[in-house]
Amino acid sequence: MTSPDKVVIVGAGQAGLQTAEALRAMGYAGSITLLGAERCGPYHRPPLSKAWLAGEMAAEQLTMRSPDALERKGIALRTDVQAIGIDIGRRFVRLADGGALSYDALVLATGASPRMLDIPGRDATGVLALRSMEDAQAIAQRLALCAQSNRPMVIVGGGFIGLEVAATARKKGVAVTVLEVAPRLLGRVLAPMLSEWYAQLHRWHGVNLVLNARIAAFETGADGQVCGVQMNDGTLLPAGLVIVGVGVQANDGLARAAGLACDRGIVVDACAWTSNPYIFAAGDCTARSTSEGTLLRLESVQNAVEQGKSAAAAVMGQERPFAAAPWFWSDQYDIKLQIAGLSTGADRWETRGEPDSGSFSVYHYCGDRLLAVDSINDAREHLQARKRLDGEGT
Amino acid sequence: MTTITYVEAHGQAVTVDVADGWSLMQGAVANGVEGILGECGGSCACATCHCYVDEARIGELPPPADNELDMLEDAAAPRRSNSRLACQVKVHSAMAGLIVHLPDRQQ
Repeated sequence: MTSPDKVVIVGAGQAGLQTAEALRAMGYAGSITLLGAERCGPYHRPPLSKAWLAGEMAAEQLTMRSPDALERKGIALRTDVQAIGIDIGRRFVRLADGGALSYDALVLATGASPRMLDIPGRDATGVLALRSMEDAQAIAQRLALCAQSNRPMVIVGGGFIGLEVAATARKKGVAVTVLEVAPRLLGRVLAPMLSEWYAQLHRWHGVNLVLNARIAAFETGADGQVCGVQMNDGTLLPAGLVIVGVGVQANDGLARAAGLACDRGIVVDACAWTSNPYIFAAGDCTARSTSEGTLLRLESVQNAVEQGKSAAAAVMGQERPFAAAPWFWSDQYDIKLQIAGLSTGADRWETRGEPDSGSFSVYHYCGDRLLAVDSINDAREHLQARKRLDGEGT
Repeated sequence: MTTITYVEAHGQAVTVDVADGWSLMQGAVANGVEGILGECGGSCACATCHCYVDEARIGELPPPADNELDMLEDAAAPRRSNSRLACQVKVHSAMAGLIVHLPDRQQ
């Protein structure tokens, strides 16, 4: 591909913004159009379940870049605009408002959407998921109502989002039940002893934690509002608010419709190339093929940033593989969890430091090979683990 | 509002008013100051908001927590005695006129 001079980026989240800024940092001088489906420009999502929901920060404090900062960099941000199709032959993107944008290179950074449960009552008012600022505002409103009227809430899913919202709701004095379908919390990422540690942490803070939970329906009142969660065993848990945090699915519809290779996400290589030579993808919407022949879906800030940089390099005709060890974090109560690496396949765990001290790390091994390290209030150990795992490939 | 001066790596000084309670990181990014990224949104998890606080006034700030000290080890630019993560420093009126120098790289 000759050097492009029209780059269109679909998605104005972390990955889209990173791609745009990395292009400029690499000296790209052509046009960049950043298309956002939401009404506001790029903002930080991680605090939505934590400090923002707790009322500790204003929406403006989530801003990633000011409009004039984007303008100075020559990044044309268009908000509240939906891309509805890609013509890969003539290389343009169709927009919901009837417009079209032609491109020399297209970057898809379309993110992911929360999965919903297909059970009765799913459409009741007050059954909410958390992804966007708008979602968070709706949750904050109902959470305040629950706090005022002394009504409990139920969180479906004991993953990061669910547990972070649980911690925030407890801070606000709302009674919380967390329903987890698996026998332990965060089972796909944490070592078993840490799942138990987190279960105790939440119970100590007053969360009613139910493992192996089987949900039958969301109970809806005559007013269409959710009023509880019906369990398979007949239990009815009253609720003025239900949060569903059972994972996300990649927003790969646009790519799929255009005939790009997709498999639970837009398939990309380590350098963010899709199956089309003029189209790249970055962030939560991707499924990255690994050197082991598997597809890796990561939903994290680091993944958005690294793939954004890779996509920018690829647009410029350069190879910049994402090879760093994955890392994640989660803040719950006064506990910071930092994870380096991927623990899938671990068969042996070692604890370093003293769990009772509130600062320790758990090492995941498969045989002698270090796979991942979970650190609790232990940033030093986390950074060392990242360095150790970096370059070992994924 | 408290006046803060950010000095970008190439020497350009930008003086802005930052709302009390905001962090030095938020004050920089909301005002389009170049040289602070804040990838993690202020969670002290990424070390891309590294800054050097005016040495004469570093002692006026509440000292960094262990977590911030640990994360500073991961900063891309050299760490100095006046290094801070801008997301962990909350602005208040007593900081009026503070000068914050930004490094030439954050990644």
